[in-house]
Parts: sequence; C-alpha cells; structure tokens
Amino acid sequence: MTNPIAPDLPAVRMPAKPRAGVWRRLVRRPLALLGLIIVALVLAGAILAPWLTGYDPNEQMFDGLTLEGSPLPPNAKFWLGTDLLGRDLLTRILFGARTSLIIGIVANGVALFIGTLVGVTAGYFRGWIGSALMRFTDLMMAFPALLLAICLAAVFEPSLWIVAMVIALVNWVQTARVIYTETSSLSEREFIDAERTIGASAPRILIRHILPHLLPTIIVWGTLGISTTVLLEATLSYLGIGVQPPTASWGNIIFENQTYFQAAPWLVFFPGAAILALALAFNLIGDALRDILDPTQRGRE
Amino acid sequence: MIAYLGRRLIQSLLILLGVSLITFALLYLLPADPVRQIAGRSATPETVENIRRQLGLDQPFIVQYWHYLARLLGGDLGRSYIQRSEVTELIVSRLPASLLLMVGAILCELAIGLTMGLIAAVRRGTATDQTLMVASFVGVSAPQFVVGLLLLYVFAVRLGWFPIGGYGSWRHLVLPSLTMGILGAGWYARMMRSSMIDVLRQDYMRTARAKGLARGAILFRHALPNAILPVVAMIGIDVGVFMGGIVVVESVFGWPGIGQLAWQAIQRVDIPIIMGVTLVSAFAIVLGNLLADIIAPFIDPRIKLR
Repeated sequence: MTNPIAPDLPAVRMPAKPRAGVWRRLVRRPLALLGLIIVALVLAGAILAPWLTGYDPNEQMFDGLTLEGSPLPPNAKFWLGTDLLGRDLLTRILFGARTSLIIGIVANGVALFIGTLVGVTAGYFRGWIGSALMRFTDLMMAFPALLLAICLAAVFEPSLWIVAMVIALVNWVQTARVIYTETSSLSEREFIDAERTIGASAPRILIRHILPHLLPTIIVWGTLGISTTVLLEATLSYLGIGVQPPTASWGNIIFENQTYFQAAPWLVFFPGAAILALALAFNLIGDALRDILDPTQRGRE
Repeated sequence: MIAYLGRRLIQSLLILLGVSLITFALLYLLPADPVRQIAGRSATPETVENIRRQLGLDQPFIVQYWHYLARLLGGDLGRSYIQRSEVTELIVSRLPASLLLMVGAILCELAIGLTMGLIAAVRRGTATDQTLMVASFVGVSAPQFVVGLLLLYVFAVRLGWFPIGGYGSWRHLVLPSLTMGILGAGWYARMMRSSMIDVLRQDYMRTARAKGLARGAILFRHALPNAILPVVAMIGIDVGVFMGGIVVVESVFGWPGIGQLAWQAIQRVDIPIIMGVTLVSAFAIVLGNLLADIIAPFIDPRIKLR
C-alpha cells in the first residue's frame, strides 16, 4: 500500500536506529556479560551432555555408592559425587539443564504469546472484549500463582509438556498487564490515528505499527520470564509434581535426594547452585535489556 | 473517597467470586476422582455411588457450585473429605502459624532489603552499590526450597543454633522467616535504592545541605522518612508473593500453617480444603492490594484515588 499523502517517501523504519547495537551495549555491561556467559555455558552443557562425562545419566553404578550404600562425595572419578542410586551427579545436572532450558523456552514462549495476545487485544479493541479480558487478568492476579500451579500439576499426570503448559497457564498474567498498558497508550497516539484515518485495517496497524513498538517490552519480559519459569519448574519438580524421575531435572534431583541431605549436602548444593545461576543469568540479562531498550529509562544512568 | 471505596469493594468481591468459580470448575474437571480416594481401592461400585451421593457430587456443576456459595456466605467452607472435620476450623487453627511466619518474613525482608537499598543509594555508583545490587539479584533468583535447605544445613545441622524444623519458640521462626525474607529483600533493596536516589535529588535536600546540616541528620531526618514510605506501602502487594511461597517453605520446615495444609490436601485430592485455602489466599491478596491502593494517597498526596 502506498502512502496517499507522500507516495514517494521511503518507508520509515522507526525503531531501527535505537536498536542497532543492542548486542554491543549488552556485552559492554559486566553483569549482562556474566549472565550471557552463564547462559552460554548452560546451553553448551545441555547440548554436549552425552559427550562431556562419559557416564549415562540413568546408569546406577556399582562403584557409585559406598559399601554401606550411601552416595559418594565429590572425588576424582565422580567430580560432583553421586546420588542416592549411585548415579553420577554431574551427568544428571548436565542432562537436567536440558529440562530447564526446554521448559524455560517452551513454557515462557507460550506464556509470552498468551500474554501478548490478551494484552494487545484488550488494549487495542477496548470495548466489552477488552474489559472482559482485563477483568479476567485481574482475577488471575488474585490467584496465588504457585498454589494454582501446584493444584494443576498435582491433578494431571505430570510430564515435561504438562509441566510446561501448567507454568504457561500461570505465568502469562504479568505480561498481559504490561502489554495492555502499552498498547492502550500507543493506540491513542497520533500516528496510529493517522493510520486509521487513511483506512488501514486493524491487523495491518497491529502488525506493522503496534507490534514493533511493543517488541522491546516483549523481549525484556520474555527474558525475565525465563527466570521465573526456571524457578517454578524447579519448585514443582522439588515437590515431586513436576518433571518425573528418571528424567533429570534440577528440582527433582533435590527432591529424590532430600533424605540424604544432612549427610550429603552436595546433592542439594550443586543442583541448587545450577538453578540459582540460570535464574540469575536471565534476570541480569533482562534487567540490562530493560535499561537499554526502554526509552523512558534512557539517560538515567 | 467513599464512592471509590465502594467501587473497589464491589470489584474485590467480584474478583473473589470469580476465583471461587474458577477454582471450583478446575477441581470439578479434575481427572482424579475424590470419591475413589475416599472409598479406597477395595470399595464396591455401590459404596462409591453412595459416597458420591452423600457428598452431593452426583449433582450438576451449577447446583454444586450454588450450594457451595450459599454455605460460603455463612462462613462455612464445607467438610474435609478425608479428615471429616470442618474446613473453616482447620484453616482457622492453622492461620496463626502462617500469619506469624508472614510477620517474621516481612520483618526480615524489610530489615535486610531497606538496609541494602539505603546503603546502595548513599554509595551510589561505587563498588559497594554494585555488589549490593548483584546480591539483590541473587536474592530474587534463589529458589526458596534451596535457600531453606541450605539455611537448615548451615544453621541447624552444622552450627545447631536453630531447630531443624517444627513450631513453638522464636527460634523455630528464624530460619523460615529468613528463607521467605531473602526473596522479598531483593525486591525491597532495589525499590529502596531507587526511591532513595529520587529523594536525594530533590531541591529540599540541597537546601538541607546548604544550611549546613550534618550528613547523618540529612539522611535520617530528611531523606529516609520520605524515601521509605512508598517502599513500605508495597507490603500489601507483597502478600501475593508470600502466599505462593508458604506452600514450599512450610513444607521444608514442617511449619504447621495453611501452606502445609494445602500441600497435604493437594496430595490427597481433598477438594474442600484446597478450595478453602485458595479462597483464603485470594482474599488475602485482594485485601493486600486494596490496602496498598488506599494507603497510597496518604503517603503521596499527588496520587488521587479514582
């Protein structure tokens, strides 16, 4: 469609300039860089898991337990020690990284999609659809999220995908609220009015004009959301209603070994540190992205 | 003000009604059949049907929900399927423990968070500031069950300063409160820092410095009271985070509050208890938000209630 007012003007790509160099500005911040390094390490560990240790995550090794049958502390053969069944802890943590990342990306992706859809629809169309959607969002805010997730997870036969869906169903609410606020203020701006005046269709306005402006917010909330998701998955798995053993997850490693925890604290410490590191990494990256991408925050440093 | 309050109260009631409807519907749609759980594996089909009729579970959804609401208005949350006792009584008997934990957690998060935020703001831009902000990130990224287990290991198992779990003296309260407080402290530290930085930038701070007040007097008499109020007003909103955390923290420490009650009920599909605790939590969250909104204009007169 050509612009009826000034048909020869090249298409204006507004957000292009401020966003150029986001990556460069991100790696220049030490904390964000630390976050990126942690994510890269976890990603590498997850992908290369089968080749990094030479053990199978589910192999219960004869020499993996003491003569009395308790787990081994970290040693030269099993770097992080073994768990209550004589399995190599490092291998299970590496394979557990796969679980965390898959759920982090899938659950958070679905939550982000639902949240954006609800927020944009409510913010742009207003009317009864808008208020119905936002009242429903308010209602979801009143649910204790973890309790709801625990109920849902306890009810369904837990599997990796069910856990991901449960987390997504609980986690879209915040995104929806933020996107709603931004969309409703955007759709009152003059350039959107102008689009409407020249007869642009709603989908065109939404996709070409509103969504690009929401992108920074979506990226920031998407990154911070992975952190929440990783923590929620770990918590559900720790309670025994998340990802089920023998599939390794950082949460269920702690769940399985909890009885040995006083005698073998490394079984809580290492997977716990892994959860903390990954959640921290996405929080650090998300926070830096917020500073870089949010124009209202710019120049405050 | 009165009109605003009235509208907010009606809104809050509607939200609670919605929460009850959704929870009720979710639990109604459960694939797990509570009647089978109660009757046991060896029960005959007739027994199962009898129990179903007794509990009114053979009736259509709307009728069941209507009965539940009618009783709820009289403060009756029904009877537990398994313990056979009144859910209201169970919750009331567990509530003091959870409220105590809540007070402990709020004290911990305010004490840690506000101090961190204050120091970070005063030392803004220095290494201290950065270290504290990283620490606040670690606080919000740490899974509560891991924090709880580690605190237990260090302070109860190794050092023996506090009991390993249970309920009773103030010593029992320290570790669970700290576990819950570390998460919140991270948020409060960040909020306190930015609130304090905002205040330090104001003109009246320059006046205070210009008239030669001592640094301590400026900070504690002029800056702190102004900076602390908007942060403390967030406690109301914090209730939601707290209600989520108690299930985990109470189960780690064997704390006999409503979180543990809910967790046991979920494992046994004891629907009336799950419903009850969800409603009580939702009530607390809605109340917290309401209070935070009502208090806001008193703290900052620029905010108007609408």
